This record gives sequence, C-alpha cells and structure tokens, in this order.
Amino acid sequence: MPAKTDHMATGHAAAVEALRDVPQVPGAPKPDPVVIADHVSRQFGGLKAVDVAHVEIQRGAITALIGPNGAGKTTLFNLLTGFDKPDTGTWTFNDKSVAGTAPHRLARMGMVRTFQLTKALSRMSVIDNMLLGAHGQSGERVLNALVPFTWRGQERANRERAMVLLERFNLHEKIDDFAGSLSGGQRKLLEMARALMVGPEIVMLDEPMAGVNPALTQSLLGHIKNIREEGTTVLFVEHDMDMVHDISDWVIVMAQGQIIAEGPPDAVMKNEQVIEAYLGSRHGSSLTDDGASLTPDAQGVNS
Amino acid sequence: MDFVQIFSLTITQAVGVTALIYLFAAIGLNVQFGYTGLLNFGQVAFVAAGAYAVGVIVLTFDLGLWLAVVVGVVVSTLLALLLGIPTLRLRADYLAIVTIAASELLRLLVRSIAFKDVFGGAQGLNGKLGQEFHDLNPLPADFTLPVLTWSRQDLWVVIVGWSLALLFTLLVWGLVRSPWGRVVKGIREDEDAVVSLGKNVFVYKMQALIIGGGIAAFGGILWAVAKQSVQPDTFQPDFTFFVYTILLLGGAARVFGPIAGTIIFWFLLAGFGELLSSLINNGYIEFLTPTDVGSIRFMLMGLGLMLLMIFRPQGIFGDRRELALDAR
Ligand SMILES: Nc1ncnc2c1ncn2[C@@H]1O[C@H](COP(=O)(O)OP(=O)(O)OP(=O)(O)O)[C@@H](O)[C@H]1O
Ligand SMILES: [Mg+2]
Repeated sequence: MPAKTDHMATGHAAAVEALRDVPQVPGAPKPDPVVIADHVSRQFGGLKAVDVAHVEIQRGAITALIGPNGAGKTTLFNLLTGFDKPDTGTWTFNDKSVAGTAPHRLARMGMVRTFQLTKALSRMSVIDNMLLGAHGQSGERVLNALVPFTWRGQERANRERAMVLLERFNLHEKIDDFAGSLSGGQRKLLEMARALMVGPEIVMLDEPMAGVNPALTQSLLGHIKNIREEGTTVLFVEHDMDMVHDISDWVIVMAQGQIIAEGPPDAVMKNEQVIEAYLGSRHGSSLTDDGASLTPDAQGVNS
Repeated sequence: MDFVQIFSLTITQAVGVTALIYLFAAIGLNVQFGYTGLLNFGQVAFVAAGAYAVGVIVLTFDLGLWLAVVVGVVVSTLLALLLGIPTLRLRADYLAIVTIAASELLRLLVRSIAFKDVFGGAQGLNGKLGQEFHDLNPLPADFTLPVLTWSRQDLWVVIVGWSLALLFTLLVWGLVRSPWGRVVKGIREDEDAVVSLGKNVFVYKMQALIIGGGIAAFGGILWAVAKQSVQPDTFQPDFTFFVYTILLLGGAARVFGPIAGTIIFWFLLAGFGELLSSLINNGYIEFLTPTDVGSIRFMLMGLGLMLLMIFRPQGIFGDRRELALDAR
C-alpha cells in the first residue's frame, strides 16, 4: 500500500510544489525520494549500457524517463527491480538498501514493474492474470490450496478488486477470455492493471502507451494521474514527448547510459543537450513544437 | 481368429499393472510439465527411486514394505531437490539436460558391480517384495475373472493402483484449481511476469517437481510390489518419452489427460500387438515372425502419433483454442 507522508499532500499540485526548488541538474537531490541510486553501472561486452552516478525519484510524483533508443532505460529498470545484476552500484527503496534483493521480494516490498515487451500470460484468462497480482494469498501455499474454505473469502475480495481495475482499463468485458487472445494494446492495459493489483508503492512502467490507440491513451493518461492522486509513485518510460509533457511532474533524460538532464517537462524539452541527444545534431526548436513530436519513426509496437 | 481373446488381452493391458505404472508417472509429469512447464526428461528416475526403495528396504535390509513406501517418497523428494536446486533458477533447458543425464546416471549406478550388494547389479532385486501388500488381498483364493485375464494377485494390484491413481488425480485437480495452481500456470506461461508480481517462482517450481516426482515414485513402488522384481534396465530413458507421449496424447494440463492418454496408449499398443500376433500365428501374414511384433507395434504407434499430432495436435482432450494462442 502506498505510504503517504504526513507532512505532504499527494497529487499533482503537491508534486509540483515539492519539486519546485529542485535544481535542474542530473542527479538532483529531491525533498522526499522513494528511490535513491548511486554509481549503478552495467556493461554488456564493451558497451556500458547503464552508468548512472546518482539519481533520486521523488515520492508521489510522476517521473518520466526518456532518452533515445538504446539509452539504457530498460536496463536501468531491470537493475533497479532486481531482474538484472549491476556491475557496480547501490540503491535504496524507502531508505532501505535493496541492492542484490531478489526481484520477487522487491515486488512484494512495493516496487512493481511492467515490461517493454508485454508479458501477458497467454493461456490464462484475463481475470486469472489479475488475481495472480494479489498479495499474501493463503491459497498460494501448497497445503492450503487443497482446503478451499481457507482461501475462498480472500479470493472473492481479490476478484472484486480486480473487477474494479479491469473496469477502469476497459477490460471488464473480457474477463474470461484468454489473455493471449487480447490485442497488443489490450495486453499493455492488462499488464498495467495487473501491476496495480499488487498494490505497488512505486510502479515502473516501460512504455505503457506503446501500441495503445490515441483515444485510449487519453484515458490511460487519466489512469496514471489517478494512480498518483492515490499516492503511488510512477516512473515511466515513454517516447512520445506530448504525452510526457502532458502527465509528468519531472523528467529524467538518459543518453548512452548516463543521465544527461533533469527537470520539469517544459524546461527539459528546451534543453539544448537533450535536443542534441535525440537528434544527433543541433536543432533550433523545442521538442514538442510544430507537431514534431519525437516519437521515433521506427518505434516498434510490442511483439 | 479369436477376436474375443484379442480384445480381452488388449483391455487387460490397457488398464493393467504396466499401464498403471505409466499412469502414475504421467500424472506426476502433468503437474511438472503440463501445468508448471518444467521440462523434466528424467521422470523414469523418480519411478526407479520408488521401485528401488522397495527393493532395497525389503530385500537388502529386510525392513518391511511400509517403511519402504515412506523411504520411496523421501528418496524421490531428495532426488527432486538434488535436480532442482542447481537447475530451477536457470533457463528451462538446463533442467531437461540435467534430468535426462541424472536418470541415466542413476540407472548405471544401481546396476554397477560396486553396489551389487545393495542394488543387486544388472540382475536387480528379485524376491518376495510386496508380501505385506499381497497378504491384505481380500479376494477369494479360487478367484477367476470373466473376459479379463488378471490373476488374483494382479487384480488386487490393479484395484489398489487405480484407487490410488484416482486419488492422485483428485489431488492434482484440487491443486490446479487453487491459487497455487494459478501461480504454477503463470510460471509455465512467463516466469518473469510471475516474478514481477512478487511470487518466489523457484519455490513453486521446486514444489511442482517434488509433487510430480512423488506421484511417479508410487508408480515405482507399485511396480516392485506387482512384479516382485526390480531391474535396472527397465528404467531406460525411453520410459520417460513414452510418458510424454501418453501425456500429449491425453492432453497436457488436463486433469484427466494422463488417464485418457494411458488407456489409449496401451489399448493401441497392446491391440496392435495382439492383432498382429494373431494374424501371424493364423498364417495371414507370412513375411513376419512373432518376434517382430514387439518392434512393429512401436512403429505403428509412432505412425499413429504422427497422425494425431497432425490432425489433433492438442491431444484428445486438449483445447484447440489454447494452441492457436501460441502462434500469436
Ligand atoms: N542482454 C543484453 N545483452 C547485450 N546488450 C544489451 C542487453 N540488454 C541491453 N543491451 C544493450 O544495452 C543498451 C541499452 O539497452 P536498453 O534496452 O536499456 O535501451 P532502452 O533505453 O530501453 O531503449 P528503447 O527505447 O529502444 O527501449 C543497448 O545498446 C542494448 O543493445
Ligand atoms: Mg527500452
């Protein structure tokens, strides 16, 4: 469950207020960081995919992680959530050092991620996908499993919670369909709903909008804002600058494994270095001007 | 030709003692492979563990059958831990390699001269293996069956074997419809997704391996008790592949898949065999001798399986819709 800090209200206004005086430099300290990482690096062969000296993620805010293809965003997600092991580095979650913690433990502690390549559990129903996200199910213990009355009540409660989420994500008419029969965009939605089913404190979404149609994107943006209003921290990777501009309270820019800029969306998109990183050369205008949104042409939908 | 006799011999084998041994292995494999997606290619090792537990405890140490049953379960659990701990954290194919290698290793170990005193070497262990069990036989002494050709002793094994098999099927049904079953099915579909939802997949895979191995061990126990003999060379890797055949035939991840698969597999195998023998003995087929039947029935079986995979790849009870999802 999201831990709310007493001295601060949640939501957009609070996040903006909290981040107002944060210096707009890479690795800027935040007033109330939920994640702090130091010297995290990961090398693949000769390539330094991630080399982050210092980064902090503000609690209760929506932080966008942007950067060109191959910048190391997904790798950083993998490292922070324990799915990959860094060569160097330490990081904390809620002031607790979590480097080397197993990924399922981190998820249970409240750090939940989704995947760039959607991982819907194909031959399971949509509702089963959702129920898998629920925490502390006694029926998941092998001995209790055979004694249904020990888990029936819990199952019913989880089902109700799942239904509310599915309705929010427009999947409530699909509950008994195989997840594998959903469209690519619907699978993205399911994965996000499933991650929320865990009750995360910070949810890390790797390109949640890829392949989702514009109308639905709008409502998705609404959902992400809602998540923040409820006190959950959101860190998401996105290539569409308009979208980043629309919902993020703070933007972190990566290029070639390093964090090259940080700041509120407006400022970051006017940042020369950021524009250069994206376009590979000097470019006069801000990233979202004259409709030239920086969604890369070859931006793949999910596989 | 005596078709009644052919049919009776066929049915007797289709639901008989040997079929039951395969059934236990298949029920176990269904938990491991069908539901959890574990590529265990060494299921025969768990059967051997059960059989040798009986052989060693009863014959070598003379400690009685009931202790042997307990030891069989314990040994199969240890075997699962031994195979699982180093491999279950790795990619799926590692388990496959390790299990098939381990099953051969175990077979060579029990048939080796070095341990002949304990395991009986290549001859195995032969003698009064299931006396306590057969003493409990309630069937009348002068018992004979119509049509079916079981002895009084075999029928007792078959009755208890099928009861146990149904009990295990019920157990599997209970497990897979529970939240536990949901987690293992999730692991089969995508392990990382399940990890990202906070489940310790290693523990679940281990549990599935242990449960499936334990059920298979009962096949081995039954084997020793029914045949009063445990021989190393019956536990060859092809046993495991027949079990896979059975499972795919009936439909993996179906509660009744193993039962259906076993009966069909043995009905066809025995049916081909009996029919062919009869045709040869009655002079209808002259270019074959009765000794060819054994291998030819497996060829026909292979042909039948190929046809099945082409026309009904999901197995007899599988769901075609699920199969179509893999192509997306
Ligand atoms: N498992 C791996 N083995 C080798 N190289 C890898 C591996 N994973 C990532 N890389 C490399 O690390 C770099 C960063 O990859 P990463 O997936 O983190 O980029 P990204 O910022 O998420 O890009 P995109 O926006 O395209 O998703 C790339 O150059 C990639 O080729
Ligand atoms: Mg990526």
